[in-house]
Amino acid sequence: MSAAKSNLERLPRGVQVALWLGLLALVAFPFVGTEFYTQMVTRMMILAIFAMSLDLLQGVTGMVSLGHAAYFGLAGYVLAFVMPQSEAISLWWSLPLAVLASGLAALVIGFFVVRTHGIYFIMVTMAFAQMVFFLFFDNRALGGSDGLYIYFKPTVALGSVTLLDLDNKVTLYYVTLVLLLAVYVFLRRLLWSPFGRALAGIRVNEHRMRAMGFGTFGYKLSAFALAGALAGLAGYLWGVNTGYINPELMGFHMSAHAIMMVILGGMGNFAGAIVGAFTFEYVLHLFKDLPYVGQVHLGKHWQLWMGSFIVLVVMFAPRGVLGIVQAVTSWRKTEPRNDG
Amino acid sequence: MDFPTFLIQLLNSVQYGLLLFMLAAGLTLIFGIMGVVNLAHGSFYMLGAYLAFAFSTLFGSLTLAIIGGTALAVLFGLALEWLLFRHFYHRDHLDQVLLTFGLIYIFEEMRSLLWGDDVHGVPVPELLRFSIPLTENLSYPVYRLFIAGLCILLAVGLYLLISKTRLGMKIRAGAFNRDMAEALGVNIKLIHAVVFALGVGLAAFAGIIAAPISSVYPNMGSQVLIMCFVVVVIGGIGSVRGALISALLVGLVDTFGKVLLPQVAGMLVYMLMAGVLLWKPEGLFKQ
Repeated sequence: MSAAKSNLERLPRGVQVALWLGLLALVAFPFVGTEFYTQMVTRMMILAIFAMSLDLLQGVTGMVSLGHAAYFGLAGYVLAFVMPQSEAISLWWSLPLAVLASGLAALVIGFFVVRTHGIYFIMVTMAFAQMVFFLFFDNRALGGSDGLYIYFKPTVALGSVTLLDLDNKVTLYYVTLVLLLAVYVFLRRLLWSPFGRALAGIRVNEHRMRAMGFGTFGYKLSAFALAGALAGLAGYLWGVNTGYINPELMGFHMSAHAIMMVILGGMGNFAGAIVGAFTFEYVLHLFKDLPYVGQVHLGKHWQLWMGSFIVLVVMFAPRGVLGIVQAVTSWRKTEPRNDG
Repeated sequence: MDFPTFLIQLLNSVQYGLLLFMLAAGLTLIFGIMGVVNLAHGSFYMLGAYLAFAFSTLFGSLTLAIIGGTALAVLFGLALEWLLFRHFYHRDHLDQVLLTFGLIYIFEEMRSLLWGDDVHGVPVPELLRFSIPLTENLSYPVYRLFIAGLCILLAVGLYLLISKTRLGMKIRAGAFNRDMAEALGVNIKLIHAVVFALGVGLAAFAGIIAAPISSVYPNMGSQVLIMCFVVVVIGGIGSVRGALISALLVGLVDTFGKVLLPQVAGMLVYMLMAGVLLWKPEGLFKQ
């Protein structure tokens, strides 16, 4: 099924060059961009981490989760709970705690959901995420529908020496960039590890994998928990970046956006998830920023443009941006198309 | 809880469950026969509610809204199937999820353009605007009984359509084995269009009759969509009988949960789902 989609697990030369250029641009960006755009790119990088974590399930293992935002939001909430109103706490323990909480939640929910397949998996992940959503939405003690403020940025200090000041937008930008790269390198290595190969095998044919003696339940559950933990890392950074967390971040729109990011870039290789997250956020920003034409404020109707955009992408470019880059950069080679 | 309160809650839960069934039946049929995940199903419910609002402000009649609105929704469903969904029956679930998610955005914006973003009320028809007294100070509104009655009528109609008519036979054949049914001369494209329009019609119908008690507001589809997912998962995908039993169960748990355990009421249905999944990962009535 999803094996039919060529996954670009080995990135072609043209795509690699494009990615290196993109990295250079990211490193240089704070020197040329305004503060507004630096913050926007920080947000894009955080969402890229989130999208990569989903790609581990969606692109690599072939499990389409429509509830991934729950683990993203949960870590942000953990940060909000442990951050007192009077002083900043350390990142050294609050980050692992938040990531662990998300990973643990994914482990528990994963225990129920990874035994289901296909359409069931989609519906059940969505329903469980909604359960987490309502837990926070309905309880005033957990912030209710308004959410919670995160009063300080966590401190990064060694003894009494402050190493990094996350209040500084540019510092936060580079911290996010480093984490983005770390997660990317980690996931790329994971993809080619025996564990990653087993996950890819499950995507292609789970029955065959089981016949060969792989305990696919354990593999899928591990992938689900790991993806949840990485989504938690992104959620923690989101909380640090915005200083605010609300149930919407766990909602079903957020989960669907993540799926769209992965599709938009091209799934199964993590690079696509990054490209997709950037493209998606940029397009969303573009649509919301559309000018007035006569009496009509086009930007106010962004949902119409976004909806049409999503429908068009699904209809005409299901292999995403990287698929297009690959097609453009290798147009001279007359390779037979290999996705059937 | 004394008996009259219990009775009121029981009636409420049955009425809610039956409404959910109207939606879940379409969802489960569309999946069972065409293999399509439809996230936009909640939007059809919203469409129905807004049509009820439009008809009752224009003509002042809910009867007209029920007939005219459902008819319009069925036409809308046929057009949508022909334009979009037809091309997605063979695609990945992933593509279907995204297509229908995109449609949610489009429908929401069209709703905003047509009817604005305000909350609207729809009046209960005058004929049904009274209550049956249960005790001295407790009574039950007749309109809610009317909703339950209409839903039961439609559920029976649906049962007869699927299990007793020639069209129903073809639908079941198509669900059982698409290629075989086609080889035997069933016009499967037509069957698909009919089933899809039926699903849209049922969802819109539920939206129309629910409008007077739930009022009409933006994003009202999402909430109900997720409940329908839970119903379909518990009942077993593709099973209409499962959807009915599971919808009543969900209605019961949700309504009594709100009274007895208000702190965790929002989560109870999902716990029910988790329990069912542990016991039967394919739902209660997997076909």
